[in-house]
Amino acid sequence: MKKFGKALYIGLIFLFLYLPIFTLVFLSFNDSKTPSSTWRGFTLKWFREIFSREEWIEALINTLVIGLLAAGIATVIGVAASVGIMAISRRQRIVILQLTNIPMVNAEIVTAISLVLGFALFGISLSMGTILFAHICFCLPYVILNVMPKLRQTGNVAYEAARDLGAGPFKAFFSVVLPDIMPGVVTGFLMSFTMSVDDFVITYFTRPVGINTLSTLIYSQQKVGLRTSMCALSTLIFLLVLLVLLVRMFLTGRTAADKSTNGGV
Amino acid sequence: MANILELQKVSKSFDNELVLDELDLEIRENTFMTLLGPSGCGKTTTLRIIGGFIRPDSGVVLFEGRDITNLPPNKRHLNTVFQKYALFPHMNVSENIAYGLKISGKSRDYIQDKINYALKLVNMDGYGKRDVTQLSGGQQQRIAIARAIVNEPKVLLLDEPLGALDLKLRQDMQYELIRLKNELGITFVYVTHDQEEALTMSDTVVVMNQGYIQQMGTPESIYNEPENAFVATFIGDSNIIDGVMLKDRLVRICGVNFPCVDEGFGTNRPVDVVIRPEDVVLDEPGRGQMDGVVTHLIFQGVHYEMEVMAGGFEWLVQSTVMQPVGREVSLRVDPANIQIMNKPESEDEEAIVLDV
Repeated sequence: MKKFGKALYIGLIFLFLYLPIFTLVFLSFNDSKTPSSTWRGFTLKWFREIFSREEWIEALINTLVIGLLAAGIATVIGVAASVGIMAISRRQRIVILQLTNIPMVNAEIVTAISLVLGFALFGISLSMGTILFAHICFCLPYVILNVMPKLRQTGNVAYEAARDLGAGPFKAFFSVVLPDIMPGVVTGFLMSFTMSVDDFVITYFTRPVGINTLSTLIYSQQKVGLRTSMCALSTLIFLLVLLVLLVRMFLTGRTAADKSTNGGV
Repeated sequence: MANILELQKVSKSFDNELVLDELDLEIRENTFMTLLGPSGCGKTTTLRIIGGFIRPDSGVVLFEGRDITNLPPNKRHLNTVFQKYALFPHMNVSENIAYGLKISGKSRDYIQDKINYALKLVNMDGYGKRDVTQLSGGQQQRIAIARAIVNEPKVLLLDEPLGALDLKLRQDMQYELIRLKNELGITFVYVTHDQEEALTMSDTVVVMNQGYIQQMGTPESIYNEPENAFVATFIGDSNIIDGVMLKDRLVRICGVNFPCVDEGFGTNRPVDVVIRPEDVVLDEPGRGQMDGVVTHLIFQGVHYEMEVMAGGFEWLVQSTVMQPVGREVSLRVDPANIQIMNKPESEDEEAIVLDV
């Protein structure tokens, strides 16, 4: 009985979490112009419709370009920042790490509005660049969050060994330290990418008129009325994020397996 | 023999705490020198200053007479074997060994020859393709040594390299290191807190405490003629007893006059007397220099360790002959085994001893 209760409980949780998503995915294949619960037959035409309309393709490209660029730039800055943070004294390090954590827990709307105010203050007009800048800003803490523990685990000793064997500071970093912290760097990049693709609030405020990412496009479309093609689009976003998640799981799973085989030493 | 390394008035402090205070040290070419001391004595800091990982606050480091104080580690002709091996986990054994050679731009054939040579030298022939993370601690340490010596350094720095190994392996590696040193014909600077390790392997032992060199000399002289109470207690067990130097070659301990071999302390001067526990000979009551009673007895494998109450002092005695607790005995010490030391001159020096 107790076992059954447990199963029921966890079943309900997953139902609440995943039923809406499955409904969405299911409906995006429904041959009906608006998302309705009556099944009118299987079709792929809503997916075709997305790729046949220019604004949708443009939004998709924007999303991917901003996601990749923001994640890439945030990763470079974040790794450099982590190396720097490791080198400073313990007390300063704790303060700086706390400061980098605040943007993560800060309400997105606050971040969004303060960024817009910031752009206005410096007389910067909104463009693709402002969206990208905003995305780099909120991605950065995630990179640091993932890279720091790896760096701490690696410690200074491999770097010193490389220097001892004749490597200059950069050679030592790229040949010895970076490969060692790579799992953290990759996770940081992927996390940043998903955060960027996912983002609506900050993008909505920092974008100029006429430039859309997938999330802002869906939002503007649903004001006119929900269409099945938007379900198809949401399904695509879901699949994209799922794919990134799986890659990340695969990568961290592999390093975890490495660790366990090394455990005997 | 010339000095290959020289430290002149080197000082270093961390967070306002002085770790090294105007340290002077000369290291001769082709010697096995060990820096020995308790943790925090400054021995590792000294090694890291030589390696170039720490810059001293003041003072000069000379390598073959050339000032290298401000040279980064990659520009110094010496290599380090680190305490925790510091192998590169994403490279296999061969790649680890080849790392330094690749940076200095050696040819592929040269590197391959060197790898084979180094693996043979550390008895790890055939391990080239192995993953370093799958080697045992002792094997990893051998690879770390191989990785350092292929670069043909003139000085090899070793930072407690055997600290993580178990006792048996540590003893094997000690012999291995002596053999390596003799085969390579280079200078070893070795850091350890293990006095046995230091005595076994070194040509010269430098005993350090609180940033100062306490004594420097051959293992025999350090053990047999400690210059102060710190060295006497840190290296092996000792009886350190208050005594009075009556005149040359005669010291009064616990009310009894003992002949000794030390001279030049003047007359009626208070001194510290060091007698090693294995140098105290027990005999039938009345036959020795001083009578007493056995108060403690422990079996330690090689010998028995006993405490004997005699003349108001608890003497530590080591002997292969067991005397049960309560037995009346007499003790005797050969004049050559009595070591006389000056009393510490200041409270400061006294405190050093109490810290141990």
